[in-house]
Amino acid sequence: MGNTRLPNSHSLPVPTAIDDQLISGTSLWKDAWRRLRKNRMAVAAGIAVGGLTIAAIIGPTILKMSWGYEFETQNLEYGAQPPSLDHWFGTDFLGRDLLTRVLHGARVSLEVGLLAALVSATVGTVYGAVAGYVGGRVDAVMMRIVDVLYVLPYMFLVIILVTIFDRSLLLVFVALGFVGWLMTARIVRGQVLSLKEREFVRAARSAGSGDWDIVFRHLIPNTLGPIVVYFTLTVPSMILQEAFLSFLGLGVQEPQASLGALINDGANQMIVFWWTVVFPGSVLGVLLFSLNFLGDGLRDALDPQMKT
Amino acid sequence: MGTFIVRRILGLVPTLAVIITLSFFVIRLAPGGPFQNERALPPEARAELEAKYGFDQPLSRQFVRYVGNLLRGDLGSSTKYQRSVNEIIAIGFPVTLSLAAVALVWALLLGVTAGIIGAVRQNTVWDYSAMTAAMVGISIPTFVLGPLLVLLFSLTLYWFPPAGWGTWKHVILPGITLGTVRASYIARLTRAGMLEVVRSDFIRTARAKGLPEMLVIWRHMLRGGLLPVVSYLGPAIAFMMVGSVVVEKIFNTPGLGPYFVDAALNRDRFLVMGIVLLESVFLLTMNLLVDIVYGWLDPRITYD
Repeated sequence: MGNTRLPNSHSLPVPTAIDDQLISGTSLWKDAWRRLRKNRMAVAAGIAVGGLTIAAIIGPTILKMSWGYEFETQNLEYGAQPPSLDHWFGTDFLGRDLLTRVLHGARVSLEVGLLAALVSATVGTVYGAVAGYVGGRVDAVMMRIVDVLYVLPYMFLVIILVTIFDRSLLLVFVALGFVGWLMTARIVRGQVLSLKEREFVRAARSAGSGDWDIVFRHLIPNTLGPIVVYFTLTVPSMILQEAFLSFLGLGVQEPQASLGALINDGANQMIVFWWTVVFPGSVLGVLLFSLNFLGDGLRDALDPQMKT
Repeated sequence: MGTFIVRRILGLVPTLAVIITLSFFVIRLAPGGPFQNERALPPEARAELEAKYGFDQPLSRQFVRYVGNLLRGDLGSSTKYQRSVNEIIAIGFPVTLSLAAVALVWALLLGVTAGIIGAVRQNTVWDYSAMTAAMVGISIPTFVLGPLLVLLFSLTLYWFPPAGWGTWKHVILPGITLGTVRASYIARLTRAGMLEVVRSDFIRTARAKGLPEMLVIWRHMLRGGLLPVVSYLGPAIAFMMVGSVVVEKIFNTPGLGPYFVDAALNRDRFLVMGIVLLESVFLLTMNLLVDIVYGWLDPRITYD
């Protein structure tokens, strides 16, 4: 796009001011940002994610200051009240304000999702880049390991891990992160394989860059697009898996809450107290929906060829 | 084709070896044992119990013995339920399997239909609603959908029982719960796959020779569109086996799922191993079948 030159009578193109402008105007990220803004659903999803994140960060503090609600304060006299003006989402069985707990839970879920996705993106990127760059036998062995791990029923292994060691939040996202890196590793390896033969890598090498430099300063920055896209789609899947573990009672422990743990609580009582499952469930649904839509939009914007 | 299948089956051996070794040692090296959760047992009684299951022997010998028993088809016995793992699996697995089968049929019916609508009516209201619905489906976890379905269909409308097992009515809600997420992925894959072939030469030829539109869609486009769906069936079945853990908990279904979490928490070593192995073998077999079907559907694929 934008390669049109002014008609030129000379055979050699003469750099013009227009050329300079064009070059400075077409970076990958600016292009992507422009495309993303045009996608109305993605923008709406982005606003929803932003809104939920802000609510999860400052909501509990506001609720504490204006009503005195805390996510762990029990008040048995007000147990299991339906939604009202005082308690917008009602209260749970132990009289805790459900809105406070849902917001607190959303914060925990977001934290776990982000951190686990970060762990998996980092591990996957480094692993894939090394495999692709070194190539040959090393690459074959490294990718064979990925293949074997890929077919493991890993959620069962995560369940074993989480039940065996202390059920700390840290362990949950480390466990999730370490099973999520396989796909990133494959994507990055593929990219690196094709990039490492390009001229700019040869140029860097002839300029005296070492392997380390080439991988981390030239190859990985150039694969950032697919990594970012896959990262945004990993966050909701990590949130979902944390919720899955918490629903089984294996994730976050009382009085802490995550959305999955709240749904688990609610599902046990929903016959009488419908709001205990409907509200945390809808918040989780909206959160995942927006994150997925945002990730899809980002993929279309950053990498139009990578559509499923 | 024959050599391909044989080679693939031989290729499963190292994967299974990794699974057996990994799960064996992870479970064994874990702190705590099967008899430590119980109220304080007298040390002699515990030693006797551990001797009974062979836990007093060195780890390497236990491993060899376990693998030996495994080769003879003996999965050991559960320390909690005082029954053989084979027996527990023989009772629970068919339940999980029928649940997954219902879910798979539902996922395929709903997903492929929605995908066809989206592709045939691309960029219309039909397409947008089908794809938005698919995105909603992807974003609603089974453990949210399940309770919501119970709330609506069991506790409000009284159409289906909220929990339990036995009649066909018991399998509908859990099946729908387990299948809907996968239906959403299948819808997206079907649509994308069909759109990819919609402009290819053989579709144009089919139209040019005057085939009715319905035949073009059913016979030619769908075949192209279903290829990604077929290759997704392996992962889909894997997700369903994992998802059944949660769905069986929600609907109180007597399948294998609830046993698994319980067994892991209780350090019921042989039972955990048995279930992990069973699921692995099942998944690997399904993946193999999917690969074979794929080659049969797509004549362009050759197996060297």
